[in-house]
Amino acid sequence: MAHIIAGVGSSHVPAIGAALDLGKTEEPYWKRVFSGFERSKDWMARANPDVAVVVYNDHASAFSVDMIPTFALGCAAEFPPADEGWGPRPVPVVKGHPELAAHIAQSVILDEFDLTIVNKMAVDHGLTVPMNLLFGQPKHEWPCRVIPLAVNVVMFPPPTGHRCYMLGKAIRKAVESYPEDLRVVIFGTGGLSHQISGPRAGLINSKWDKAFLDNLSKDPKKLTRIPHLDYMREAGAEGIEMVMWLIMRGALDDKVEEVYRFYTVPASNTAVGHIILENRSKPARKRPAAGRSRQAAARQNSQRVRSKGIR
Amino acid sequence: MARRPQEYDDIPGTFVFDAERSRQGYGINMFCMSLMKEENRKEFKANEAEYLNKFQLTDEQRNAILKRDYNRMLELGGNIYFTAKLGAADGHSFQHLAAVMTGSPQEDYAAMMLAGGRSVEGNRSKSGKDKVAKEKSTGKAKRKSKAKSNSKPTAKRK
Repeated sequence: MAHIIAGVGSSHVPAIGAALDLGKTEEPYWKRVFSGFERSKDWMARANPDVAVVVYNDHASAFSVDMIPTFALGCAAEFPPADEGWGPRPVPVVKGHPELAAHIAQSVILDEFDLTIVNKMAVDHGLTVPMNLLFGQPKHEWPCRVIPLAVNVVMFPPPTGHRCYMLGKAIRKAVESYPEDLRVVIFGTGGLSHQISGPRAGLINSKWDKAFLDNLSKDPKKLTRIPHLDYMREAGAEGIEMVMWLIMRGALDDKVEEVYRFYTVPASNTAVGHIILENRSKPARKRPAAGRSRQAAARQNSQRVRSKGIR
Repeated sequence: MARRPQEYDDIPGTFVFDAERSRQGYGINMFCMSLMKEENRKEFKANEAEYLNKFQLTDEQRNAILKRDYNRMLELGGNIYFTAKLGAADGHSFQHLAAVMTGSPQEDYAAMMLAGGRSVEGNRSKSGKDKVAKEKSTGKAKRKSKAKSNSKPTAKRK
């Protein structure tokens, strides 16, 4: 049986991708951002998932205004990096998991979530930037399969936070009814507070962001009641992307273990937020328990301390 | 038909790209989308007015594009992820575009971002109606964090 072992929240700022592609990661401005993901990469290497379900949004790359699907599930065998106007990002082609994706589609549609099925789709920075932040910069191949779930957060109204949360639950049910023994991580991406359009561009609301991360961890149901108006008012017109994190959260246990958190302002025009939440009910690790050294356990503890420290 | 007023029109300095604007701005956004291809960028640069004839645009929309009036484009149905492609085709960074939309010099905008961004205080609502919504949404967590720390200093717009 397949299992969701953890959820990852991460911003997907395009400038982060550009900084990676242009080799600017050591510049002080960017080092501040990337240093917050070093431990996350270690965590991901240890978690070693077979599949990542990545909830993200397309930014006028694969979808124009010709079609605006609310939830679009990528069921293809592979997804090339999109040409966002200046050539595709130099990252490996994203390999899908068509069998699990088809299974999820069938299950959640019968659970009354009317997904759009996408069998051909390029993926833009919204998906590839969080992949880089958690998996590093592999030259030839990403270390796991990926199922993209593109959510419309560009045209108002996006799906409600509650709808997103419930879809997360349906995805979990689908994953857990898949017979193959797969370890699945789910990503919620975008946000945190930012506005990039109009005279109010540049808006950041760190208090809102911190409260959002606290509630995401401890009391996600509270977040499901936030109306769109509040997201836009408090976290910026584009901050409404944060509803996508609720799909990730819905797919996890009610009570989760927050193993890591990072927050910094700014990257370009955006507050960068990142969180790792582990399911307490997760099955035994792929590597036998004996293989998990004391050192690794200690490292994990130190991350928890750090996580509390930056709250 | 005039645009129906919406609750979110109360957010200052913000043009929400809703279904109505999406319908209205289809031409603007598809024009911007076309600029993802190098040959189209060249053709547009060679004769902007002529190139715009390929798209269904009102006179107001055409003028906003030709004048690079980004806020007006948003008001008339453009979406920022699309209009940013026009800025990029002009060779501008996104930060330049953001500064233009906010009406401040780019250095000031950059300094504001480095200092923690534009504060939400005083930027929530045109009418002051926001207080009720605020209480509802983040409730206790918000009030608590408010008590703990003073808000970060933010650069003021000049």
